[in-house]
Amino acid sequence: MPPGTVKPVTDKTTTMAEAIAAFVHDGATVALEGFTHLIPTAAGHEIIRQGRRDLTVVRMTADIVVDQMLAGGCVRKLVSSFVGNSSAGSLGELRRRIERADPEPLEFEEYSHYGMIGRYLAGAQRLPFYPVRSYAGSDLPSVNPGLRKVTSPYDDGEQIYVVPPVNPDVTIVHAQRADRSGNTQVWGLTGIQAEAVYAAKKAVVVVEEIVDDDVIRRDPNRTLIPSHAVDAVVACPRGAHPSFAQGYYDRDNAFYRGWSAISADPARLREWLGEWVFGTRDHAEYVAKLGERYWSGLAVDDALSLPVNYGRRRENAR
Amino acid sequence: MTSTMDTGTTSSELLSVVASRELAGKRTVFAGIGLPTLAASLAHLTVAPDLEIVYESGVCGAHPSQLPETIADAVLITGAEAVLSMPALFGNVLQGGHIDVGFLGAAQIDRWGNLNSSVIGDWADPAVRLPGPGGAMEVMANSGEVFVVMRRHDPRSFVDKLDFCTSPGPDRALADGIRPLGAGVTRVITDLGILARPGVGEPLRLVAVHPGVTAGQVRAATGWPLEVDGDLVTIEPPAEAELRRLREEVDPGRVYLR
Repeated sequence: MPPGTVKPVTDKTTTMAEAIAAFVHDGATVALEGFTHLIPTAAGHEIIRQGRRDLTVVRMTADIVVDQMLAGGCVRKLVSSFVGNSSAGSLGELRRRIERADPEPLEFEEYSHYGMIGRYLAGAQRLPFYPVRSYAGSDLPSVNPGLRKVTSPYDDGEQIYVVPPVNPDVTIVHAQRADRSGNTQVWGLTGIQAEAVYAAKKAVVVVEEIVDDDVIRRDPNRTLIPSHAVDAVVACPRGAHPSFAQGYYDRDNAFYRGWSAISADPARLREWLGEWVFGTRDHAEYVAKLGERYWSGLAVDDALSLPVNYGRRRENAR
Repeated sequence: MTSTMDTGTTSSELLSVVASRELAGKRTVFAGIGLPTLAASLAHLTVAPDLEIVYESGVCGAHPSQLPETIADAVLITGAEAVLSMPALFGNVLQGGHIDVGFLGAAQIDRWGNLNSSVIGDWADPAVRLPGPGGAMEVMANSGEVFVVMRRHDPRSFVDKLDFCTSPGPDRALADGIRPLGAGVTRVITDLGILARPGVGEPLRLVAVHPGVTAGQVRAATGWPLEVDGDLVTIEPPAEAELRRLREEVDPGRVYLR
């Protein structure tokens, strides 16, 4: 583009309800990523509200939001490397589905973390597989036919396990901020979000705030996901609760600790969904229902980085 | 809270102190939350001042203002030396061979240090579905060596045969035709003592017991015929200085020191 010309900016901002309606269809493969940090919980809740069915959910750490989506009847199959309520206990609905097919069976594909990472990398880069130096001697390949062993075509003839690519129909991630066209900035733990977005056919980015284009352009290194990979941008403050958004609000550890008791009892879990998901029109209502006093308990103090100097060429430079 | 000694030491304190001593001279440790974090943090203050703790979430060189509640606690990020993406952490750091010691836990362990964290019972129809591998398989395959901390030494956890092998040690990997980077499990620290193995081809043996524990007790609590090292030693109980640092500097809020 010649200097001085203005690139047209596509405004991809939309509401959560519209984004889920447009990009998450019954039977689709949906990746929800965010490694403990920036978990797209509000998006999961909207999927439950809209009553999606037969989804294949891909998520490295299947935790509370997945347990809720299972209880909402949205999920037929889960692809994951960790199925637990962080270090705070069990996921009741997930265990009932897997251990007792109650109220229905759950198809489950088990990988390790790096196996899942490799699947996203292969998906993003359109590779036929991705090699990893684990799995040798594990029982997992005996229950997961996706795990295969190949021989290096180079001289040493070394054997190595490979994982298949994953290309979700849609990936949904949560981030601190983006501009209207979807240039998305993340700081703190960046996890696997960029690879999960590039692996997907469509991508929805949910953010704490939508900022002016100039805010993004003043710090381009902080952009984890460029707009060309993004189809929709949704502003949804506090949409990662009970996980956290670095610099915005802290993790709600009490909620995590409380979840095991809620999800251990199917009646209580459905009551919770009725009150907090079906009983709220959108995430703004969920946030308001928790109340400002509650949120002040999760507030964080500032810890600002120092700005870096990108430099600007002088007008008269040769 | 179980008091194991007349000093009022809890089993968490005992395991943390004993595990911390094993980190003497180590450079990088991959630690999960709970006892491994306590052990690594205490080692940093005592036997391994240059120790760098690497967390699965991507944090290297954390300098937390408070004890972290999770491997991704915001206090680990603020003030850290580096925060890496998942591909960088698992690919460059772990698989690249930069971790001296990885800490792991498991529901079941066998004599070769193979670990089960997936299911109790049959995988397809389990009695109990456990959280699964997480990054344990990669920690096992790629760390120089692995320390396992087990709160309860009993035959349900120390089994002759795993219900399912999630994270295999090097013996199983070699039988599958692949040589892993590391030595696998070399130390298992429990409420009864320490099991150890030099590496590939050797089973875990009892090398140390806590004061008042007999080799017979440990053998009875182990699901395979446990060999006892000829030089069986008694573990030095936690010193007052170790306990003070653990209680006052590492975990003053008693987040993990139950």
